[in-house]
Amino acid sequence: MMLSRVAERVYWFGRYLERVESMARLIQVYTGLLFDLPQNTGISWHNLVIASGSHAEYNRRFSVQDEKRVVKFLLEDLSNPSSLASSLRMVRENIRTTRDMLPPESWELVNEFQIFVNENMAQGLNRRYRHEFLEQIVKTCQQINGLIADTMRRDAAWHFLNLGRSLERADMTIRILEAGASMSSDFIENDTNHVLDVVWGSVLGTLNATMPYRRTMKVAVNGDDAARFLLEDTLFPRSVACGLLRMRESAELLPGNETVINALTKLVNTVAKGSDYNDVSEGFPAYLTALEQSSIIIHSAIQDSWFKHT
Amino acid sequence: MSEKKHEGADGIDWSRYPSTDFFDEMINNKGKARPVSRKIAKLLGDLSAEELESRRVAAESTVRDMGVSFTVYSDGENIDRTWPFDLIPRVISADEWAHTAKGLKQRVKALNMFINDVYHKQRIFKDGVLPAYLIKDSKNFRPECVGINPPKGVWAHICGCDLVRDADGKFYVLEDNLRVPSGVAYMLENREVSKRVLPEFFETNIILPVDDYSTKLFNMLASVSPRRVRQPEIVILTPGIYNSAYFEHAYLAQQLGVELVEGSDLFVDDDDCVYMKSISGLERVDVIYRRIDDLFLDPEVFHPDSILGVAGLMRAWRAGNVALVNAPGAGVADDKVVYAYVPKMIEYYLGEEAILPNVETYLCDDPEQLKYVLANIEQLVVKPANESGGYGMMVGPHATKKDHEEFRKLVVANPRNYIAQPTLKLSTAPVLTGPGVAEPRHLDLRPFVLQGKGIDVTTGGLTRVALVKGSLVVNSSQGGGSKDTWIVAEREVKS
Repeated sequence: MMLSRVAERVYWFGRYLERVESMARLIQVYTGLLFDLPQNTGISWHNLVIASGSHAEYNRRFSVQDEKRVVKFLLEDLSNPSSLASSLRMVRENIRTTRDMLPPESWELVNEFQIFVNENMAQGLNRRYRHEFLEQIVKTCQQINGLIADTMRRDAAWHFLNLGRSLERADMTIRILEAGASMSSDFIENDTNHVLDVVWGSVLGTLNATMPYRRTMKVAVNGDDAARFLLEDTLFPRSVACGLLRMRESAELLPGNETVINALTKLVNTVAKGSDYNDVSEGFPAYLTALEQSSIIIHSAIQDSWFKHT
Repeated sequence: MSEKKHEGADGIDWSRYPSTDFFDEMINNKGKARPVSRKIAKLLGDLSAEELESRRVAAESTVRDMGVSFTVYSDGENIDRTWPFDLIPRVISADEWAHTAKGLKQRVKALNMFINDVYHKQRIFKDGVLPAYLIKDSKNFRPECVGINPPKGVWAHICGCDLVRDADGKFYVLEDNLRVPSGVAYMLENREVSKRVLPEFFETNIILPVDDYSTKLFNMLASVSPRRVRQPEIVILTPGIYNSAYFEHAYLAQQLGVELVEGSDLFVDDDDCVYMKSISGLERVDVIYRRIDDLFLDPEVFHPDSILGVAGLMRAWRAGNVALVNAPGAGVADDKVVYAYVPKMIEYYLGEEAILPNVETYLCDDPEQLKYVLANIEQLVVKPANESGGYGMMVGPHATKKDHEEFRKLVVANPRNYIAQPTLKLSTAPVLTGPGVAEPRHLDLRPFVLQGKGIDVTTGGLTRVALVKGSLVVNSSQGGGSKDTWIVAEREVKS
């Protein structure tokens, strides 16, 4: 027996924890990327806002797009629902009420995590210390995930956690690809500075995919192959196909799963078919938008199947 | 022996323990340990200041690690505070406890008969034993409950009776909590802590265990299930994470192995049965141990804007399809004026004399007694009839002239709503106040009584202690702490 409410909170715990890690990686890699690019490329801190998926909210509130404003907005701004601090707060709120579902140490770790982030936020805003701070955040997320992987029984709670985490991962990968495509489209005609290599290198880096990409694709970094790998590879945990397959495995073990399985299977097939990843100015972005919409459909299916009984 | 105290590293010296006008639970006014505490006082005295300090630190970190906390709302934020625990146990002899437990069972039995009478024939009023206005003006009387027959005729299944010792060393009942009494989780956790940090004390003393409470609670809850099924579905209904007792709700759910639910998890269908919303659909619920006040239980009947409750819950209860623990309306006996009549109830329903005395109580709506209260308000504690948690009361000797005047006016304006009691000389017990230093602090005791098919009392209860010198406030949100309560057999208990 599992309460719908508890299932929902565990699912969101998984999603938000993944969001915290993604945001830390994103800022980490962007800070590096902007150092590597010549000043005049036109790629700015604002691309980071686009990649995080919160440009509408940002543009509504700010006109300046400098590093300080952007990093503050994405890291510590609690009025921005997608900031790292907001996500971490939601991690804690969701685990608070489902403590008995997750390994007891995870509650302690999350508590310490929030204290650490609150106390050291200034380091994240300062470029000199940012790397260390963000690295610590990524490590803590990995520690919590490792603890869960090693000690949690594969019961319904685990499957809801996996659904949340995997869907969030797929979402993040799609968004990072969108940002990559958007930057590429500006340089596709004339890339004297080899900006594209740097951009796609950072796309892979954000997702910890550089090594697996090289070993699997056996070609130098390029947009077409990076996109193919991050979307179609069924074995790399942060690729979209892999995440969807893992979700399907979990969904198959839960009651009343039909709608969710159907939605997942449909998207798995779309991803397997692929698209023209070289068409970075039109076809590819449109394809990514369609994938994003499918992911929203999967989320609604999960909600309707398990969280809403009346 | 290595445990012996080293010269110079002073631990607690009981001969220097301050003697006061109050009854001390452990040390008599000659600086000697009372018989039941003798071995324990000796063991404590043998620990060096350093050793005591390290045990205290160990206790503190155990409490923290176990996540024992209570929630305080301050500055617009909810803060989880660690439960303050004093190392030195509060000791009560098994013989005295047996007598006290007998008195508590008698009391709760009579209270349940009273509540059942209130919602049925009201014999006790018709027979003129209790004045009828008690019901007419009671804030906790629920007309919606009239004529209902809850399983086993029990309304208050879980009752927390607060006991205090006066200067004569005798236990008095200070109040009966029949609505949603809390604190039992802390009683259980306190024992876990002291077993870890004072292990050798358990070897040399016969300390009666407390951990059978969870099993007894589970059996009691199962025994009131309206459906005759082998495994009735039991849930604990919590107002949620922001409630100060949330830790306890979650703790008990884990101990009992039952679901911890919020109002939105439950649903009453057209068949007047309660269901919980699970990932595989709706599951029938048989027993709800609710930790939500009556008025928030069901927006169909009570506060229409309550989001904590479940629409239709009263319908389901009245139809006999679900047991509510405690039953709605049980609070009618949780009234300070009704309290004054409990000894009479015991006589009336059971034909027995009350085993445990009440604290002397003046009813302000009696002209004679009111006169006395107004003339002596400086010496009295004045309490509103229907508040809990120490709200809206005045302690005469600790209050200002202005307060006295204000309460005189309040009492005269609404005499039914006030009672007065003499200011008690609440007993004390030693509390560790520094390395190797123990000082007396005031305390009370909340045992829990369970009534289902049978009736049971916790072994001891939750001892709450005022950590501030001279203070009588034992409430955890106002600087109170707690102690483990040891019921100690001086010889083998024959069973």
